[in-house]
Amino acid sequence: MSPTTTPQRSDTPSTSAYAAVDAGTPRFARLRGSLQQLLAAASLIVIVVFFSFASSHFFTANNLISILTAATVTGILALGTTFVIITGGIDLSIGTVMVLCGVMAGVFLTYWGWPLWAGVAATIVFGGLIGLINGVNVSVLGIPPFIATLGMMLIAAGLSLVISGTKPIYFNETPEFQSIMNLSIIPGMRFPLGVLIFIVMIVIAAVLLSKTIVGRYTFSIGSNEAATALSGVNVRRWKIIIYTMAGLFVGLAGVLSASRLSSAQPTGGMGLELEAIAAVVIGGTSLQGGKGSIVGTVIGALIMAVLTNGLRIISVPQEWQSVAVGVVILVAVYLDMLRRRRAG
Amino acid sequence: MSAEASGTPPLLEVEGVSKGFPGVQALDDVRLDLRHGEVLALVGENGAGKSTLMKLLAGIYTPDAGVFRMNGRDLLLDGPRHAQEQGISIIHQEFNLMPDLTVAQNIFIGREERGAGIFLDDRALNRRAQDLFDRLGLALDPAEPVERLTVARQQMVEIAKALSFDAKVLIMDEPTAALNDAEVDVLFELIRRFRSPETGVIYISHRMEELARISDRITVLRDGRYIDTLVTAETDQRTVISLMVGRQLAGDDRPTGSAPAGEPVLSVRGLSTKRLLRDVSFDVHAGEILGFAGLMGAGRTEVARAIVGADRRDSGVISVRGREVQIQSPADAARLGIGYLSEDRKQLGVLLERSVRENIVLASLKDYLGALGFVRDRRIETTGREYVQKLRIKTPSTAQLVRNLSGGNQQKVVIAKWLAKDCDVLIFDEPTRGIDVGAKEEIYGLLRDLAGQGKAIVMISSELPEVLRLADRIAVMAEGRLTAVLDNAAATQENVMDYATRFSAEGTITR
Repeated sequence: MSPTTTPQRSDTPSTSAYAAVDAGTPRFARLRGSLQQLLAAASLIVIVVFFSFASSHFFTANNLISILTAATVTGILALGTTFVIITGGIDLSIGTVMVLCGVMAGVFLTYWGWPLWAGVAATIVFGGLIGLINGVNVSVLGIPPFIATLGMMLIAAGLSLVISGTKPIYFNETPEFQSIMNLSIIPGMRFPLGVLIFIVMIVIAAVLLSKTIVGRYTFSIGSNEAATALSGVNVRRWKIIIYTMAGLFVGLAGVLSASRLSSAQPTGGMGLELEAIAAVVIGGTSLQGGKGSIVGTVIGALIMAVLTNGLRIISVPQEWQSVAVGVVILVAVYLDMLRRRRAG
Repeated sequence: MSAEASGTPPLLEVEGVSKGFPGVQALDDVRLDLRHGEVLALVGENGAGKSTLMKLLAGIYTPDAGVFRMNGRDLLLDGPRHAQEQGISIIHQEFNLMPDLTVAQNIFIGREERGAGIFLDDRALNRRAQDLFDRLGLALDPAEPVERLTVARQQMVEIAKALSFDAKVLIMDEPTAALNDAEVDVLFELIRRFRSPETGVIYISHRMEELARISDRITVLRDGRYIDTLVTAETDQRTVISLMVGRQLAGDDRPTGSAPAGEPVLSVRGLSTKRLLRDVSFDVHAGEILGFAGLMGAGRTEVARAIVGADRRDSGVISVRGREVQIQSPADAARLGIGYLSEDRKQLGVLLERSVRENIVLASLKDYLGALGFVRDRRIETTGREYVQKLRIKTPSTAQLVRNLSGGNQQKVVIAKWLAKDCDVLIFDEPTRGIDVGAKEEIYGLLRDLAGQGKAIVMISSELPEVLRLADRIAVMAEGRLTAVLDNAAATQENVMDYATRFSAEGTITR
């Protein structure tokens, strides 16, 4: 916000007094905003090229599809949480809520015998409901997002165990359930339906963020919440909407992850939220709010998936994979800070 | 321009407006009238009630008493948006912009162009913004993100936003604070364009020479009261300043302002910072109080922060007892015996949730460590009790949480903290802000006593009478420069105010 350039005065007599402040900002400055995305995209390419040379098993259609498949669940979580993070908030509950949604899918379909479509829809709505509760806690009760969603994270983890009786729920009544993620949609290739759903969600999220009123207020709240409220925008209501929306994404991720395993596993999920947040942050979305993009988040999710996959292919032990991902996060965020400091 | 046709009610009328906050009567029976087509300047010292009045007009506060009328009709101002819709737009000193959004998105936030359903039509939005800019003659790019704009252009966005509401009354709070001369010209041209038989401008500024250029009349507030309204063409700076200052000077107990003797304890030479300060030099001697006067934003607090290393210095030499010292952080300063008592007591001065004694020894905790680094509680208690008695801090015990103390007593705790640290130089930033009158007297006595004990004291205050009453010498600042250092005997409210409004030729603080 500090003045980075002083307006230049034109030497020639100008037609209006306004020419004094007419010098403006150089056009190329606008490109700077997309630099982080370019940087992230470039890193993704570098990593892909590196692994392609390191192993002949890496750059094959099948392996690339399995990377996409691996990125699907975390990616969808990351898409929804991108909105929350751009508002300057955070959602730590997405991992365990996703697991709880999977369990609820089991309840709807197996325990209660609902038809497939109803069970799936109910699961997604359930995710939205949890998001709604998060949103109310944050914006009406005024609980800081970190705490509100930390509480929800533990509640969801516990409820999954309580509801399932700590045992996995299998989808015996609706065997087609596993097709949602796994159905092969391209003959001769194992391109799963789940990946297509991921791609569709990317498009939806990108449109929502850049072309709709939801996206506009997401940025506006994260950029200057007080000023947004002073401008007559109902910030509380929009925050609830944004958390609810993120919850719907979590519900869908819950469906896909249960479908992938053909069962609802009541444990786990903890830590997944951090992977999703890492993808968002690597993609250049600022935890301070106001800045971010869906493209960035997708690239971030892909970088994480490619790293995990590639390191496994070149036989790096699993312990080291986590180390590598950690280093990538630090480097990505540090580069972003450098860029901002220079720009600021 | 100023003559209102007889019988026509003024554009905006404020009558009998009062507003109180706990402990302060910010506005008391204030009136004001803005005529059609005029620029009315609103002036007053810090704390005169200008911003409170603005916030009332903006619908941010509701008045305790009084009425607002527009064209003779009563106005109810229910919230900022509501005030805007009734034609009152305000440009605040600190901008209310969303830096990550574009110019057009900022201007029409909450009033977006919608396509189908939830979809936005940013092309239409940009066109709408462009139309607005064409009408106002502004050279702004609707699609440019606001964070890339200079401060001057951000202000243009604020003005465009205000005018997009079809404002009848435009209120500007210190609009030129961050502008250079050319930009000020642009701003004035905009104001002239905006002015019409249906509209009017209330212009708040400290800069006397601007008022002469742009305003038709000047309304003076002092201590939350209406003082007078003058026709700009028929008055001069002296008259306005004396009305602003007004008060009788407090008693005869003003310090004699004896010339300081001996080597200075603290001496500052050529202190500059990137943002504000330009070549500030002064000395403080043992046993004296050096007061810093100046308007808001003149750089007094910045001087203190730069000395103790809380902010980065660009250049400048600081010496303690004649020896040049390197101060990189407040910790360095404290080691050298320089204590800074921040104006923001609650944020930066005390730990509200900790006890009185813990706060007192906080800066000197190292002296209270026993073997193995354990804290020696009994000695802390002794020291705590000593200062509670010495400074007459009203607290049931030294274990009381500082939160539960009154403002004056909290301030005493901060003072005790630096005394316990054995500081020779104490820099007080607004030592009496937010404390009631009785406690103020006690703090004054305390500062005098400390000086009497040979401490060198720097006191920054926005209350000029306070500075005149306490300080042996008075340093006056304007726009980051030291414009005068006066002996108390030579200082009057008028000449201090005069030095405080001596703005440099360029008139700006932007690099």
